[in-house]
Amino acid sequence: MAKPRDVLIDPLFNNNPIALQVLGICSALAVTTKMETSVVMAVAVVFVVAFSNLFISALRAMIPTSIRIIVQLTIIASLVIVVDQFLKAYLFDVSKQLSVFVGLIITNCIVMGRAEAFAMQNPPALSFIDGVGNGLGYGVLLLVVGSVRELFGAGTYFGLPVFALAAEGGWYTPNGLMVLAPGAFFLIGLFIWALRTWKPEQIEKPEA
Amino acid sequence: MPQRSDAAYTIGFSAVVCVVCAVLVSSSAVALRDRQAVNIELDRRKNVLAAAGVLKDGESLSREEIERRFASFQVVAVDLRSGEEDPSFPIEGYDARRALADASASRPAPRNDAQILRVPNHGLVYKQLDAGGRLDLIVLPVEGKGLWSTLYGFLALGADLTTIRGLTYYQHGETPGLGGEVDNPRWKALWPGRSAFDEGGEPVIEVTRGRAGTVQEDPHRVDGLAGATLTSRGVTGMLQFWLGENGYGPYLERLKKEGVDGQTP
Repeated sequence: MAKPRDVLIDPLFNNNPIALQVLGICSALAVTTKMETSVVMAVAVVFVVAFSNLFISALRAMIPTSIRIIVQLTIIASLVIVVDQFLKAYLFDVSKQLSVFVGLIITNCIVMGRAEAFAMQNPPALSFIDGVGNGLGYGVLLLVVGSVRELFGAGTYFGLPVFALAAEGGWYTPNGLMVLAPGAFFLIGLFIWALRTWKPEQIEKPEA
Repeated sequence: MPQRSDAAYTIGFSAVVCVVCAVLVSSSAVALRDRQAVNIELDRRKNVLAAAGVLKDGESLSREEIERRFASFQVVAVDLRSGEEDPSFPIEGYDARRALADASASRPAPRNDAQILRVPNHGLVYKQLDAGGRLDLIVLPVEGKGLWSTLYGFLALGADLTTIRGLTYYQHGETPGLGGEVDNPRWKALWPGRSAFDEGGEPVIEVTRGRAGTVQEDPHRVDGLAGATLTSRGVTGMLQFWLGENGYGPYLERLKKEGVDGQTP
């Protein structure tokens, strides 16, 4: 049985869902232009993966195998709708900016992947920790990408000015590439490169 | 333990999961509805302020600050059939979009360039008065089809009811980078100072193809959105519709003649 500590920490760098498994790329491109949206999205995904893992694991002995995917999806979808409703009530501006991407957490492969690969075989508490860990692994990458994109794309951090913009008499001309989706692709690529240089065992074997 | 492949068990299990999830989802939606409604109203006010130029792009305000700035605005219901203000109309909770689905609260629109199918009988406009009680600015709701979606926004006119003070969209689903550029602050900055009507009182403001001149040279035209001919055309169509005889045209005519609050200036 895996140790809770490993289950929590492993997905951060050793088995990062985005960097190693290359899952959840779509939303990682879409929501990382600003730190505010990146953080809220990260928290939302942590919540959804953790609780979907918890509930699915608690029910794992009862779920009929023939409909297990649809049961998992129903639970995930319900959690996502609750998160979406909550954001609309308490963080309306952020929820408007995240628009469809909160709803699309349902289709985020990380959530389904953990439900199927981990929660169906492990006890609830450990599954919950695995969910938190994987959510954080996704979140770490979002925060790294979000930091670079907001800082160099807009000259701000969490909306606060950091670099004096040329348009306002300062010295910094924002890098338009950072605001666009390709900028996020490059950053994720660089992150994966850096991570695999640090941990060479993550490099995939070349296909024959 | 029942057989996990048993059909009756499978159906029973899925029914239980569905009911539990449905209760969870609907109770969260119901519990949070009031707060969400407050947010939506606040958002609408913010967009009125943005169209009026009282709020800069990207500026985020606290709820109190929005309320404070909005306090100088008067919300007025206009009967679009007669072009008169309707002080008895219940403004609170009125949603013009919902009225479109109600045959007794809206009517079919005549053929138009913005693919507007129905017009509500009542529209809410926002008037800002100066210290002397005279009209300083008026914000009108506009909506119409672009390429993919219906665009919803606000148009602000100055005290002469002709000079545009601002145009802002708060909801649309146009292509980001093309039609979505209706949100671009640089494009929005082209609007203030343009003239919505010609000398004869016809709404002639249009989004042209390519570039328009400066406000002085080219008062009735605004630069087109590159790569978004249909969105540009939609903006033209909806502005001309809502400023025209089937929209707020008669009301604006009346305001021009009578002055604010029906008193001759």
